[in-house]
Amino acid sequence: MTRAAPGERRAAREKAKLARSRRGQAIAVISTIVVFGGAAAIVLNSSGWPVVQEQFFSPEAFKTSFPRILEGFWLDIKMFMVIEVAVLIIGLLIALLRTTGTAALFPMRMLAAVYCDVFRGTPVVILIYLFGFGLPALELSGVPKDPILLAGIALTMAYSAYVAEVFRAGITSIHQTQTDAALAVGLTRVQALRYVVLPQAIRRVRPPILNDFISLQKDVALVSILGILEAFKIAQIETNRDFNYTPLIAAALLYLVVTIPMARILDHITARGEINS
Amino acid sequence: MIGPVLEIQGVTKAFGERMVLDGIDLSVNEHQAIALIGASGSGKSTLLRCVALLTEIDDGDILLDGGVITDPSVNPVDVRRRLGVVFQAYNLFPHMSVIDNVILGAVKAQKVDRREARERGRALLDRFGLGGREDDKPDQLSGGQQQRVALARAFATQPRLMLLDEVTSALDPELVGDVLEVVRDLKKEGMTMILATHEMSFAREVADRVAFLHEGRIVEIGPPEQVLVEPKRPETQRFLRRLLAAGRA
Amino acid sequence: MTKLRLVLLLVPVLAMAFVVGCGSDDDSSSDEPTTTATTAATCDLENLATYKDGVLTVGTDSPAYPPYFEDDDPSNGKGFEGALAYAIADQLGFNKSEVEWATIPFNVSFAPGDKKFDFDLNQISITPKRAENVDFSTPYYTASQGVLVPKGSELDGITSLDQLQDATIGVQLGTTAFDAVEQQIQPASDPKVFDNSNDVVTAFEQEQVDAIVVDLPQAIYLRDAELDNAAVAGQFEAPGGDQWGALLGKDSELTPCVDKAIKALDEDGTLEEITRQWMSDAAKAPELT
Repeated sequence: MTRAAPGERRAAREKAKLARSRRGQAIAVISTIVVFGGAAAIVLNSSGWPVVQEQFFSPEAFKTSFPRILEGFWLDIKMFMVIEVAVLIIGLLIALLRTTGTAALFPMRMLAAVYCDVFRGTPVVILIYLFGFGLPALELSGVPKDPILLAGIALTMAYSAYVAEVFRAGITSIHQTQTDAALAVGLTRVQALRYVVLPQAIRRVRPPILNDFISLQKDVALVSILGILEAFKIAQIETNRDFNYTPLIAAALLYLVVTIPMARILDHITARGEINS
Repeated sequence: MIGPVLEIQGVTKAFGERMVLDGIDLSVNEHQAIALIGASGSGKSTLLRCVALLTEIDDGDILLDGGVITDPSVNPVDVRRRLGVVFQAYNLFPHMSVIDNVILGAVKAQKVDRREARERGRALLDRFGLGGREDDKPDQLSGGQQQRVALARAFATQPRLMLLDEVTSALDPELVGDVLEVVRDLKKEGMTMILATHEMSFAREVADRVAFLHEGRIVEIGPPEQVLVEPKRPETQRFLRRLLAAGRA
Repeated sequence: MTKLRLVLLLVPVLAMAFVVGCGSDDDSSSDEPTTTATTAATCDLENLATYKDGVLTVGTDSPAYPPYFEDDDPSNGKGFEGALAYAIADQLGFNKSEVEWATIPFNVSFAPGDKKFDFDLNQISITPKRAENVDFSTPYYTASQGVLVPKGSELDGITSLDQLQDATIGVQLGTTAFDAVEQQIQPASDPKVFDNSNDVVTAFEQEQVDAIVVDLPQAIYLRDAELDNAAVAGQFEAPGGDQWGALLGKDSELTPCVDKAIKALDEDGTLEEITRQWMSDAAKAPELT
């Protein structure tokens, strides 16, 4: 067999690679069409489909209910933004409290540990009930009665417990040698925390924190339990009025408009973090 | 300054059941370099950490410039500001640039003006062969370069005493030379230092005295020609023989 | 490669658009509640296409409140709708032991697909829009809205709905009260809409709302049996009137039979008797305009 010249061999390899790649693409397109087309065909041809389409995907019901749901969604957004900030601050404070070793702060540290366990371990919906209906029942002076405030407090406490644990994990994940090195150049413990440990810890925990926020964005809907007219509650009202579930789909879409970009940002930050490490 | 820069008197330290430092006495005069040699686990790192007040001693005293630093009434932060420590694993701050690593101590601990600190820092990096790298992140540098940054960082605070803990042990052989060059440089300038090391040739060249640590005690101490070439104690002899066999002396 | 990715992305998107936009045509649905007349033959006991053979399954929500049910146990046949259910069953030819109850949360009762009950009694108001998705029987009760306020409060003794405009009003989700409040009272601040009756009552007891609007019979029951310090400030008509019907699956074969049963109960006075026994105080609350 004669030896092919290097140029020919290379050309042959390239051709084979191209053919493989084209095959792969063709298979990808065909399988996608088959799977999604097949699924669509099954759904559209099912006997119950017309009814489901009417009761879940009705353009008319969507148009009628959407403006009011959007109005209610502004309330969700406002609540979510304020709570987010509060959660970050309180969560960081609690994490700092739990990771320092000073004896004087021991009772506070114990309290913080109990706080985290209780507020992470109790379903958020129960917390909202307890704060919304239980707190006013105590009839203590100075206790707020506004359900938005009460629900906001419940959500803040629940999520700051989550976030505190995340921050705490981040802080303790920074190796002791970093603190040693910071102390060795003459920093105080507080300075070491502030300039060396915390910046690294916070950078490290951005993905899980963002994840918790996507969760929070959705859980804001739970404040509807206390009667508040936000998007979910309004969608429920519309649904019950006309016996059509489309408003719930509309509310879900609004939530997706907010949570999907957050998820993409999260992916981006996670990927960037991996490139750097 | 008359009198030794550092005095270690009867220092002991145990971790649980294990006695790591079993009565250490050592004096370091100004401009002197003491090399600490000994097997792994002999207590070299622990001793340096105790001097740097990163680890608390059980018993004994340590004095810096005549003042007891291990007294509970003494603020360790003030003490550490007079010391410079370089670790085996460099321990640079990964989220900061090289120049920021070097000047962090000066700016935050010693309240030096930032611009002035940057000037001095840049000059230092230049002197250590890292000119032009000041805005890089540590992970963009080789091990040897990172260790030189660590040396600059420790030196930037103008310490009374530098503690070097096996600063070349984590480096590939070809990178060791540059680091040793810096240490040589510092010694020439008159820096008082204690270096824990495995590099016997280096100890011989730089150190005024070599101390051999064995099972928590300084078993032999003397000029390098003596301790390293004609050790008196059998433990020292055994240690050096083993080192030689492993191709490290 | 990017072009391929675009194509692959488009396929599922197109499929989704298909799902939403196409499917079958939107048949023009009737705007009136279905009331078809059928021959008597199809309502014979043997021919009745019930959910379970030989059994009449009646649905309602849980908890089941007075005065519509008693002790949260529909099978005791007490309460307005409890008694009505057994009366309808009797008309259809079922005796008491052949009636079973199913707990159907309100927002499940109108879900598409086969129903797990034959008809549902849950104080459900008939509206044309709702009737596009389910069947309603002929109405068995006309309800008005009752306003509950703390006894002796500013709102106790009002004479018109305008006086409620500055109040924070609580209503229950899924009731016509919300629309009634929005359209008849037009309050300055949003009403508070709670998921269930218990929460509405709690909010009232804790003074988180100034007044609550519920169906009048329920308002009376709450005042008499549950709340310590409440007064019924008055009643008013819900917009478009508020008639209750039994709820059945869309185009259910049982609808004409249930209609026939209710009409029969109306004609022979049983319906009036049941209404009088369980909902009698309703007439006494003053009317607000």
